[in-house]
Amino acid sequence: MNKPMKPDPTFHASPKLAMQAPVENFAFTIMLGKDASQHDGLAVIDLRKDSQTYGEIVHQVMVPTTGDEFHHFGWNACSSSLSPLSGHAFLERRYLIVPGIRSSRIYIFDVKEPLEAKIHKVIEPEEVFAKTGYSRPHTIHCGPEGIYVSTLGGSGEDGTESPPGIFIMDCETFDIIGRYEMDRGQQDKHYDFWWNLPQDYMVSSEWGLPPQFENGVVPEDLLSNKYGHSIHFWDLRARKNIQTIDLGENYQMALEIRPAHDPTKSYGFCGVVVDTTNLQGAIFTWWRGDDGTWQAKKVITIDPRPEDPENLPDLLKGFSAVPPLVTDIDLSLDDKYLYVACWGLGEMHQYDVSDPFNPVLAGKVELGGIARETNHPNGKEFLYGPQMVEVSRDGKRVYWTNSLYSTWDDQFYPHQEGGQMVMANVGENGGLTLDPNFYINFPENTRAHQIRLEGGDCSTDSFCYPSV
Amino acid sequence: MMEYTSLTALWWAVIFSGVYHGLNPGMGWPLAVSAALMEQKFSALPKALLLLAVGHLVAMIAILAPFTMMIWLIEKEYQIRIGASLIVIGMGIYLLINPKHPRYLARVHPAKLGLWSFLSALAHGAALMLVPIYLGICEIAENTSNPMEIGHAAAQNLMSNDLSTALLVSFVHTISMGFSGAVLALFVYWWLGLKFISKAWFNLDKIWALSLILVGAFGLYFSAH
Repeated sequence: MNKPMKPDPTFHASPKLAMQAPVENFAFTIMLGKDASQHDGLAVIDLRKDSQTYGEIVHQVMVPTTGDEFHHFGWNACSSSLSPLSGHAFLERRYLIVPGIRSSRIYIFDVKEPLEAKIHKVIEPEEVFAKTGYSRPHTIHCGPEGIYVSTLGGSGEDGTESPPGIFIMDCETFDIIGRYEMDRGQQDKHYDFWWNLPQDYMVSSEWGLPPQFENGVVPEDLLSNKYGHSIHFWDLRARKNIQTIDLGENYQMALEIRPAHDPTKSYGFCGVVVDTTNLQGAIFTWWRGDDGTWQAKKVITIDPRPEDPENLPDLLKGFSAVPPLVTDIDLSLDDKYLYVACWGLGEMHQYDVSDPFNPVLAGKVELGGIARETNHPNGKEFLYGPQMVEVSRDGKRVYWTNSLYSTWDDQFYPHQEGGQMVMANVGENGGLTLDPNFYINFPENTRAHQIRLEGGDCSTDSFCYPSV
Repeated sequence: MMEYTSLTALWWAVIFSGVYHGLNPGMGWPLAVSAALMEQKFSALPKALLLLAVGHLVAMIAILAPFTMMIWLIEKEYQIRIGASLIVIGMGIYLLINPKHPRYLARVHPAKLGLWSFLSALAHGAALMLVPIYLGICEIAENTSNPMEIGHAAAQNLMSNDLSTALLVSFVHTISMGFSGAVLALFVYWWLGLKFISKAWFNLDKIWALSLILVGAFGLYFSAH
C-alpha cells in the first residue's frame, strides 16, 4: 500500500485545532436490522449545507449476513497518529471498523469516497474466538499499538466461560493480533474504554454479560444489582489494571467513558443508566487525586418521572415511573459541554462541565420518550427516545439517533418501530434547539444506532498535544 | 590532498546526517514540544531534547563500538567495510519492502524519551547509517598515519584512534541532530504553533530507506578504491 506523503488532513495535534478544522460533510450512521433475521448496514448522510440532498441518506451499504447487531464502531486511524511514539503518522482515516455484537463478526468499510462506501474486509467470528478467546466486540479506538476493540463476552456459547476484555488489531492489515490485558485485576465485565495517551492511562466500564442483554434486560438481575457497576483504571502501555472503583452496587450499568479531550487534564465522566434505589440516572466524574490514586464522585442526578402504570410498558408498570435511562453521553472537544441522552424520559440534556465537579444544566430538548412521546418541531413523531449522541468537532451541532439495542427497544417501547436521526443546534452561550429541517427516517426494517462524522468527532479522536 | 578532501567530505556527512535525523519528526522533536506543553513549563522542552539526544547517542555508540572491536580483532578491514556496507544496504531494502514501524516502540512509556529514542534509532537504522561513514574515516586516518611508525605500538595507537573516532562521530552526529531538532521544536513552540506538526511532517519512509542504500553503496564504492 502506497502511503501518502503528508499526514491525513483530518489528524489534528490538539483538540483546539480539530475544532478549527473544516466542518463535517457526511455522517455515517449504523443501521441495524429490526431483528436478527434482517441485514444490518451503514448509511451515509449528506451534511453539506448547500447540497440538494442535505440531511438525506445518500448512500447505503447493507451487509450480506443477518443477525450481526451492529452497535458501536470507529476509525482505523485518528489524531492519535500524530504522536511520533506510535509511528503511524501516514495512515489514512479511511476505514470504519464495525463489529456485530450479536454475531461477533467484524466488517471493515472503506469510506474514502463516502458516496461509494463499500465493504473492504470481513473478519469472521471464528477468527475472533480463536485468536482472542473473546466474543461480542463493541467499542473501537485507534491507539499506540493499533486498533483496540473492547468485547462484551468471553469464551463459550453464551460468552460467560471466561471474562471479556480488549483485543488489538493491526491498523493496516486488520489482522487480529491478540489480547490486550496482561493483568486484568478484578475486571470481569466490559463495555466502553478510552484513554489519555500522553498520560498513559486507560479507563474501562461495565455493562453486563451476554445473557444479561442479548434477549433484553433481565429485571431480576437488575433489581438484584447484578449488572456492572465498577470502572477500571489501567496502565495503558503496561496493559495492567491498576485500580478498580466500585461506584456502588445500586449504580447499575456504568456505560460510556468520556475523558477530557485536552491531554493535560486527568479527569473524565462516566454515565450510569439507572440507580436501582430510586430509578435516577447518574453521571460520575472520575479524576486522579494529588496522591496519584483515582477517585470518582456522583456529580449529576436525573430524576424519574411519575407516570400512570397504565401508560407504561410491562417492565415498568410496577414502578409507576419512567426512569431517565442515561444510555449515552458525549463531551464537546473544548471539554465544556457534556451531552446526556435520557432515552427513557425522552430528553437530551446539555451540561456545562467547565467545572467538572459542579455541572450546570445549560440546555435541554424534549423528544419522544416513554409515555410522553414529544413530537419533533416539524410536527412529526419521534420514536423511542434520544440515544446515541455525537457532537460536531466545532461543538455547534449535536446529532442523535433513537435505538438502544433491538431487544431492549421492544421492551421499553413495545408499540414503536423505526430508526430516526435528528440534529440540534448549540447556542452561542449554550442552549440546545432542535433543527426543524433535520429529520431522517431510516429505511423500513432498520434501526439507527451510533453516528460517526466524516473527519472525526467528539468520541473518536485522541489527542497527543494540549490545546494552547 | 585527495585524502584530505575525502576526510572533510566524510565529516560533513556525519554532520548532515545528524541534521537530517534531527529534522525528521519520527526521531522525536514533536515530543519535546508536547512535553513543554503538557508540563506547562518551557524547561521541559530542552530536557526532553536532551533525553532524546542521549538515547540517540547511546544507540550510535552501541552500533559503532562493535565495528571498532572488529577492526581491532579481525584486522580484515576491507572485508569488514564491504560487510558493513552490505548490512546497511540490506537494512535499506528491508525498510523499503517492510515499511511497518515496530510495535514494541509503541509500548514504551511516553515519559521514557531516552529509551524510546535509543530503540527508535536502532529500529530505523539511524545508527547503522553512520557505519560506512565511520569506517571511511578510520580508513583514511590509517592511511595518513606515519608510515615510519610500525609495529605493536602503532597498532595500539590506531585502535585507540578508532575508538575516539567512533565517539567523536557519535558526538558530532548527535550534536547536529540535537541542534536541528531543537531549532524546529523551538520555532514550533514559540512561533509556528502545533499546526506545523501535521503540516510539515513529510513521509520520509522511502527516502530514509533509500538514504541507507545510498550510504551503503557509497561505502562499497569507497572500499573498492
